[in-house]
Amino acid sequence: MIHVLPSIIDGLLIGFVYGVAAMGLTLIWGVMRVINLGHGATMALGMFCTYFLFSDLALNPYLGMVAVVVLSLLFGFLIYGVALQRVIQSGYLSTLLATFAVNMIIIGIGTAVFTTSPRNIDFSAGSITLGPVILQGTRLLAALAAVVITGALYLFLYFTRPGKAIRAVSDNRAAAELMGIPSSHVLALAFGLGTMLAAVAGGLTSTFFPFTILSGATYQLKSFVICVLGGLGNPLGALVGGLFLGALEGIVPTFMPVSWVPVVEFVLFVLVLVVKPTGLLGAK
Amino acid sequence: MNLWRQPGFWPSFLLVFLSGLVVLVLRQDTLRETAFTVLMFIGLASSLNILMGYTGYVNFGHIVFFGLGGYFGFFLVSEMGWPVYLAALGGGVLSSILAYIIGAAVLRLRGAYFALATIGVNEAARAFVSNFEPFGGSTGLYVNFSAYDRYGGAGQALWFTFILLWLVVLAVIVVSYLVKRSRFGLGLSAIREDEDTAMVMGVNAPLDKTKAFLISAFFPGLIGTLYFFKNGNVEPDDAFRFQMSLEILVMVMLGGKGLLLGPIVGAFAYERLRGYLLTSVIFKNLHLATSGLVLLLIVLFVPGGGVGWLRERFPKLRRWLE
Repeated sequence: MIHVLPSIIDGLLIGFVYGVAAMGLTLIWGVMRVINLGHGATMALGMFCTYFLFSDLALNPYLGMVAVVVLSLLFGFLIYGVALQRVIQSGYLSTLLATFAVNMIIIGIGTAVFTTSPRNIDFSAGSITLGPVILQGTRLLAALAAVVITGALYLFLYFTRPGKAIRAVSDNRAAAELMGIPSSHVLALAFGLGTMLAAVAGGLTSTFFPFTILSGATYQLKSFVICVLGGLGNPLGALVGGLFLGALEGIVPTFMPVSWVPVVEFVLFVLVLVVKPTGLLGAK
Repeated sequence: MNLWRQPGFWPSFLLVFLSGLVVLVLRQDTLRETAFTVLMFIGLASSLNILMGYTGYVNFGHIVFFGLGGYFGFFLVSEMGWPVYLAALGGGVLSSILAYIIGAAVLRLRGAYFALATIGVNEAARAFVSNFEPFGGSTGLYVNFSAYDRYGGAGQALWFTFILLWLVVLAVIVVSYLVKRSRFGLGLSAIREDEDTAMVMGVNAPLDKTKAFLISAFFPGLIGTLYFFKNGNVEPDDAFRFQMSLEILVMVMLGGKGLLLGPIVGAFAYERLRGYLLTSVIFKNLHLATSGLVLLLIVLFVPGGGVGWLRERFPKLRRWLE
């Protein structure tokens, strides 16, 4: 048991960040009924944003996160206005393809501009030793940031007017509109927030893993798995699902080859979808 | 049904038949390679259309059947020494069996949940094959060159494979049309429009969906075997490209989903566009972004696809543009 502990804790810390990315995806799904296939590309943009702020402006990655938040929120509004607003009513196939088109555009331009050679942020925040466990500073800070973000999102959704409007639209768009909520603004806001969460998660990931413009795809798939585990449309479930997946990624390699991890993840994903589509935490 | 009297069938059939014939008459190797890719995508897009266009179930894992069926067929050729046409049939049958098993689970889901599950199936299959030793793990399998001798050397074998592919794609088109015009096909359309109502009206939705899934999965297995046989090797990253699943989807949308001619036009247009973008000086580095932009414009402004738009614009042409 004791030799598994460090890898579990490591996995849990990364799981927080996975959770943030998945929260973005699940928020967009819950409010807009859109599966955002551009989520991974947005994460990659978050990574690059953090990277350039750090390498060119020598900005601390965690301070740089503030800039990432603002930029990605605006970017989310832009994508919503250009690609989604027109098709939001016309069914999930159109929105899937629209977000996929956005994904292709971002990846295409990103590949041309940044190439696909891996980069990493050479930033160390020391480490803490607790008995047999060594905790990387960057991962601790990332987990901490993830907790702060989750808390802020919770406060926003439950205690502010725009947040309540988001939840109302997510419950019943037609009824919310009848109550005078401008649903088009709310949808834009939800998409902006979802994009922001993706970009921040990307930024946090970039502090401990090397990345390219294509890295987002892996995390996007993980986000799908997490959303389904936690129940699509349930932000808290996404965080729990993220922790679960992180821990799983820590535990599985201790008793089988690491290359089997995706098999376990995706089989679990399909099983949960089929047996309990509302997620492990979902109602009923 | 008498196919001769069906005006909607002939444009699609003749388009594929004649383009294959032209390649066979000209006998140029580079032309054959281009035509092989285009025909392959026509076959994949048309078979996806049976599930996605007719039944309304968006499958992001269509390439799983191409990959797994192709892997199995390739295994039969290279390890068991089967002739390629029998191996391709084996690949197709295996794909259908897999579709039956996978379908029993995921076809109970609807809409976006089904779409998500198929993404999972795609990734699980790729990850599984990368670790499955009889299929060569992550390095894949290579064909033994003596396998080509049976067909009179590698050059002849490539032509033989091309003819097989051509016949398979023609078969896809015939089957697509027969399905569309049958009672079964009407049931599928009813499921697409409103599954609950269809069931109330007496459509056996679970059975019909499963049948559509089986038919849709059979052809990618065949095509996969031929494709990998032509390439001489097969590896997981090549066989389960999520990107390719999406490209096939884009082709169906581009031409018009639910139409016989749609995927054919879509596959052709997409391949030409990609070929042009890849070779042009200005767009070489931006071909992905440009394809994305084209897709976005289609989704936003021409949701019926090219053929769908023509049908809407020129009602008189409708009987020809099925």
